Amino acid sequence: MKSNLKAASLNIVPPLAALVLAGAVSSIIILILGESPLHIARVMLSGSVGSMSSVANMLEEATPLIFTGLCVAIAMRCGLFNIGGEGQLVIGAFVSAWVGYRVGGLPPVMHITLCIALAGLAGAMWALIPGLLKARFGAHEVINTIMLNYVAFILANYLVGLPYFKKPGQIPQTEDVLSTALLPRMTFLYEYTRLNVGFVIAIACVLLIYVLLEKTEIGFEIRSVGHNPLASRASGISVVRNTLIAMAISGFLAGMAGSERVLGVHRHFISPFPFGYGFAGIAVALLGRNRPLGILISALFFGALASGGAQVDIETNVPRELVTVIQAIVIIFVACEYPIRKLVFMKKRTAP
Amino acid sequence: MSEPATVFALALFTATIRKSVPLIFASTGGFFSERSGVVNIGLEGMMLFGAFSGALVAVLTHNPWLGLLGAAVVGALISCIHALATINFRANQIISGVAINLLAVGGTVFLTQVFMGGERSFSLAASDRFPVWGPFLPLTYLSFICVAGASVFAYYTVPGLRLRAVGEHPRAADTQGINVARVRFVAVLMSGVLAGLGGAYLPYFSGSFAKNMTSGLGFIALAALIFGKWHPAGAMAASLLFGFADALQETLQGRGGLPPQLFQAIPYVLTVIALAGVIGRSRPPAALGKHYEREAPG
Repeated sequence: MKSNLKAASLNIVPPLAALVLAGAVSSIIILILGESPLHIARVMLSGSVGSMSSVANMLEEATPLIFTGLCVAIAMRCGLFNIGGEGQLVIGAFVSAWVGYRVGGLPPVMHITLCIALAGLAGAMWALIPGLLKARFGAHEVINTIMLNYVAFILANYLVGLPYFKKPGQIPQTEDVLSTALLPRMTFLYEYTRLNVGFVIAIACVLLIYVLLEKTEIGFEIRSVGHNPLASRASGISVVRNTLIAMAISGFLAGMAGSERVLGVHRHFISPFPFGYGFAGIAVALLGRNRPLGILISALFFGALASGGAQVDIETNVPRELVTVIQAIVIIFVACEYPIRKLVFMKKRTAP
Repeated sequence: MSEPATVFALALFTATIRKSVPLIFASTGGFFSERSGVVNIGLEGMMLFGAFSGALVAVLTHNPWLGLLGAAVVGALISCIHALATINFRANQIISGVAINLLAVGGTVFLTQVFMGGERSFSLAASDRFPVWGPFLPLTYLSFICVAGASVFAYYTVPGLRLRAVGEHPRAADTQGINVARVRFVAVLMSGVLAGLGGAYLPYFSGSFAKNMTSGLGFIALAALIFGKWHPAGAMAASLLFGFADALQETLQGRGGLPPQLFQAIPYVLTVIALAGVIGRSRPPAALGKHYEREAPG
């Protein structure tokens, strides 16, 4: 029990301390701008939980982050750095839009399922490229996922410009998806919300990934490879197989994020596709310590930050880019948790 | 083609150089950091800060040379965050790099709005910009000097040997009395200075600073470094190749034929292939990405 408590505190204290430090630095920046940090914080709160519409907005912003956070985390649990979520998301979004407007005559549930499944598969295939290169040639997945992000943007930009995919007109975008492929929006919360059933699917994914990682053999093997690939290999766990499985699941989740954006929010694919969810997923996974439940909480936090930031942009002189800056500061402090952990750990040791 | 081939070739040549200069600076910067053992995917963010601060200081002082100095100093300051986080606080080098890129995307727009009263971009007057020396900006010549300097430094001087030793085998370097942390810190600072200069080239050439104007150049520079096998001359050659692909795409635009996206994808695809070892294996420094901790004395 006591060691459980200690393990839990090691997971909770450093991120919280990092958040406090990040809040302090952000406050200093706001003070330098001549605004009151308290006022900005109040506006942020009202913009994220102040009303039904802001809550809906916050959940809408959090939805893709849950997917991309899980995407980064499952790879990380296997010892892999997937910073290719951005590209896998774009590929998934494109496939989802294509299947969404091209395939007709299906009942809604089947059409939506088909769109999401194919988007996930496309994302998984895109993630398997660096996975295979890592497993076969030992090529580092960080560089390859970065490079493939750009290849994905360029490829999608090329495809959406082709007459077969492009909606007639000046803008490089596809036709809107058919009504059978639209993820229903949760208008009972707020009439004009873009929050949709994708949020529920995201929550389901949190549970699924939790069960997969903690309760199944595959999850055990993935975690084992992440922990110590040499010992895993020695005890008969295939590093190659688990690398591929983890990358495929990771890419699948990123593809689902793209699908949610298309079917629930934008309703078509457009180039360039809204950017940043993949990279923000790294922050989400980091703050959530790669645990599914932690990711849900940290995605909600970053969703609140985004939704509150939009409100700050409207109501005060502080530009909305403050949110990106705060995100970066949070990442740096969470990444620098070593001194904090050492402090917590040493205090424990001196106690009798 | 309506114009004579020589005109076309000349235009292509100058465009190639123009596209390559920022890449040459940044990949040389990446060389210092990565050869010391510190991964630097924050090059992109350091370039963006360099572009912003170079432009801002030039606008405020009406002196492009001071602007250049500003870009170098800010580049160093930003890389200082990376160095402190990764070397002193043992943060993951990739995560720290991602944070710096985010900081740059948000921070430069944020600061633009603060300094320029709500604007999201700003222009440089002709008097704030560099004169053209011959066919190119002064920065162009400086970039090639930096490559030569980095090559001589790394392969013909003692500190250069130390830099490479720290990146290959920090423990062995440490037993020789080399301060691993200090060498790495200075190397990361150098990478920030050079990436800052490379970024500053962009507004000096285009005449304005715009949101996220580096748009992935830092990653292409990283690709050039890898494709050039972590060697300054190799990185320069790769930068010129990638610059050529980009220039070709731009010069050929609107003439029909191949889609421009094919040329845009060249740097990324070539790098993936090079890492897989199809065209001569590209091997990273042995200690790249690993923290170094001294053993406790005694």
